[in-house]
Amino acid sequence: MPAPIRLRELIRTIRTARTQAEEREMIQKECAAIRSSFREEDNTYRCRNVAKLLYMHMLGYPAHFGQLECLKLIASQKFTDKRIGYLGAMLLLDERQDVHLLMTNCIKNDLNHSTQYVQGLALCTLGCMGSSEMCRDLAGEVEKLLKTSNSYLRKKAALCAVHVIRKVPELMEMFLPATKNLLSEKNHGVLHTSVVLLTEMCERSPDMLAHFRKLVPQLVRILKNLIMSGYSPEHDVSGISDPFLQVRILRLLRILGKGDDDSSEAMNDILAQVATNTETSKNVGNAILYETVLTIMDIKSESGLRVLAINILGRFLLNNDKNIRYVALTSLLKTVQTDHNAVQRHRSTIVDCLKDLDVSIKRRAMELSFALVNGNNIRGMMKELLYFLDSCDPEFKADCASGVFLAAEKYAPSKRWHIDTIMRVLTTAGSYVRDDSVPNLIQLITNSVEMHAYTVQRLYKALLDDISQQPLVQVASWCIGEYGDLLLSGQCEEEEPIQVTEDEVLDVLEGLLVSNLSTPVTRGYSLTAIMKLSTRFSSVNRIKKVVSIYGSSIDVELQQRAVEYNALFKKYDHMRPALLERMPIMEKTASNGPTEIVQTNGETEPSVVEPKHPPPVNQPASQGNDLLDLLGGNDVPVIQTTMPTKPASAGGELLDLLGDLSLGGPAPAPAPPAPASQPPFLLDGLSSQPLFNDIAAAGIPPMTAYNKNGLKIDFTFERANPNPNVAVITIHASNSTEADMTDFVFQAAVPKTFQLQLLSPSSNVVPALNQGTVTQVIRVLNQQKQQLRMRIKLTYTHKGSAVQDLAEVNNFPPQSWQ
Amino acid sequence: MQFMLLFSRQGKLRLQKWYVPLSDKERKKISRDLVQTILARKPKMCSFLEWRDLKIVYKRYASLYFCCAVEDQDNELITLEIIHRYVELLDKYFGSVCELDIIFNFEKAYFILDEFLLGGEAQETSKKNVLKAIEQADLLQEEAEGRV
Repeated sequence: MPAPIRLRELIRTIRTARTQAEEREMIQKECAAIRSSFREEDNTYRCRNVAKLLYMHMLGYPAHFGQLECLKLIASQKFTDKRIGYLGAMLLLDERQDVHLLMTNCIKNDLNHSTQYVQGLALCTLGCMGSSEMCRDLAGEVEKLLKTSNSYLRKKAALCAVHVIRKVPELMEMFLPATKNLLSEKNHGVLHTSVVLLTEMCERSPDMLAHFRKLVPQLVRILKNLIMSGYSPEHDVSGISDPFLQVRILRLLRILGKGDDDSSEAMNDILAQVATNTETSKNVGNAILYETVLTIMDIKSESGLRVLAINILGRFLLNNDKNIRYVALTSLLKTVQTDHNAVQRHRSTIVDCLKDLDVSIKRRAMELSFALVNGNNIRGMMKELLYFLDSCDPEFKADCASGVFLAAEKYAPSKRWHIDTIMRVLTTAGSYVRDDSVPNLIQLITNSVEMHAYTVQRLYKALLDDISQQPLVQVASWCIGEYGDLLLSGQCEEEEPIQVTEDEVLDVLEGLLVSNLSTPVTRGYSLTAIMKLSTRFSSVNRIKKVVSIYGSSIDVELQQRAVEYNALFKKYDHMRPALLERMPIMEKTASNGPTEIVQTNGETEPSVVEPKHPPPVNQPASQGNDLLDLLGGNDVPVIQTTMPTKPASAGGELLDLLGDLSLGGPAPAPAPPAPASQPPFLLDGLSSQPLFNDIAAAGIPPMTAYNKNGLKIDFTFERANPNPNVAVITIHASNSTEADMTDFVFQAAVPKTFQLQLLSPSSNVVPALNQGTVTQVIRVLNQQKQQLRMRIKLTYTHKGSAVQDLAEVNNFPPQSWQ
Repeated sequence: MQFMLLFSRQGKLRLQKWYVPLSDKERKKISRDLVQTILARKPKMCSFLEWRDLKIVYKRYASLYFCCAVEDQDNELITLEIIHRYVELLDKYFGSVCELDIIFNFEKAYFILDEFLLGGEAQETSKKNVLKAIEQADLLQEEAEGRV
């Protein structure tokens, strides 16, 4: 059998291949030859064959059949064989394969070999890929070599020990004695690897850390010698003596000095010296300065030193070298919390970095910029950040938009500025904002009462320009629905009011409904907005038409809304104005912008009220039992009524609308009551269902709840079956005056621990002279069996004028709630 | 350091040294993806990037890219110096090293690397000492082969 071709020749041959297929063919041929050679157990050429295999492996071809051969090479006595064998092991084997354990014995022998280069090979392999089992077996040998006087082996043993400790942390203790005089070595290789070993031990064990603190003076001395010593050709790099060792020592000092006053003080001088004397013209000097700065910031250094460090970083920011700028931004980000003012001084340079072409630098600069925003610089910073948002890559837009919202929320100098800023974000990066920004913005707008006209005008104009960005469109639709009347009346003070007609506005909203760009959620918003305008505009017929068209929409959500709105026009027209009235100011939770929105279910404090979805109609993304819980502020005269947030399912689920009632405490009487609900239309049938079973409820006396101005309201009681905790109250409203009471609406609210449901009234006209009564059923769930109290609100029209009254009902008979 | 890769401008791997245990398949995937990412970068961009959850430091010397993945606490600027030192060692050994030298003598490139770094950390900071050790080892090899 001819001798297998040499490695170089194979490489040459393979490189002549012109196609991938040709290469593959050559490789396959050679592999076959190598395989047969392996089978013949040929010792002479095994080394050559494995080397060729390693080359082919690097090209991407499978070479696992050579693994055992590597082991045989390692076991050979020839140095050449061992060299290639260990290399092969490191390339082809990994610790997941059991076969690697076969190496252990060979390595053990080689660790004790008479030739240091063989020992070196073994240490290198163990330190590079030794598995935990191998490390456990061989730790003792490594520890022995750590104590040898041969610096060539000692340095390798130190790094091998580092690997052992990483793999088997429990073995750390056994290396402790050997570390005793590692630092007294003159040899830089040993010094460097020793410092690495000490660093590893200190990072892993607080005990070790405490133990090694005493080395600080020695480390400081070594560092000082490096700086002060003259030119040493062996270790010189651009005029600096052994920068690798300097950096490692600085890093170890950082770990030892952290949180420890004495150590920090001991290293103060040397840090100052390094910081001021290091040559900064080349990368190597800057590498040392960088490490120094990190150390200064982490230990308990005196303020003068800290300022020095930040200034170094400031200089880095101005460096032409991109790498230096990157490193500076990263470090500043780490220190901005603790040394905020010092970093602020470099704000303008940091902001300039936003315009850098490099992606990594831009990202760092953006993060740092947001960290530096405060009440004083908000206007200027926001200008820069918005400009950045305009021009940055898509990968940044979402984070930048969130950051802008957060910063605006915290530091907005005025409401108008805040709204303008958010609008700017929505128009430039609208598709990248997070989902929760829409309700946040709506809430912000609602609460800026004086800005309503300005806001709706700006949003309207934005819609005319572009309807593709959904969050913007949703907010705009909602606002137009709410404040469309302000848009028409041209009341805007902040800027030139625009002239717009009802038809134009409706055109825009209808346009959203039909546009391909609108998502189903957006369509829902616009349909609701159109509906709301029915009480604010006069083109009711047009709106009725639109609503009825969508009653047969394929989109179930839209269809349902349209059907309900249609019903509002037909059967419940008397409720429409109340239902579609202006939203009240919503109280904010203690949130920080686009983070948590507290979900209320009436069980929380009255001040913590934030509906997940402000519009008083169902949002398709709403959670199952999202409830609108609106508390009017005391001076807000608007009546709130809510539409049910969830349609009744086929199972006839009851709507639990929680009337929240701040009884006692800060709310002065009379606070407007929380709204009573109107059940969904589908539940209409329930009021006549025999849900009420008088059997168990017999014996609860009726009571008069209200009697004023000729209007008398009596309550009669029943207990519902099967739930004994539910009290069913029927109100009977009668009118003893000579004029009818028309548009009669009864509302009720109960304390937090109760749940209340109001079914539809028999009519909304209370006939005069007691000729008839209006009845309405209230169901109260009283799980905690607390004393029932109720606040009621009555509105009606009497003799042409609107009447409104509030009353508290406290005289419930005990049997009704026990 | 977690690993070091050397690759050409066409994306061909010339050396791969792994200091973390990963399967062949995982290594292949990482190499392929990282090489693509780096080759896509423009020449003026900075030498550092965050990739997956690693810090990558890379530098191009002639037709070869030298790329290292380092840990969070590692100093990026000194890693650039490490790369530079390795190139200097290769240069001294081969005499004005070029990519072809590394292609045809890849095993030597590994040997030199293994005398400079061990387990991902520098074991010898003196250029002279590394080269001396390699020289001696080569001598040993020649003697061994001479005897056969």
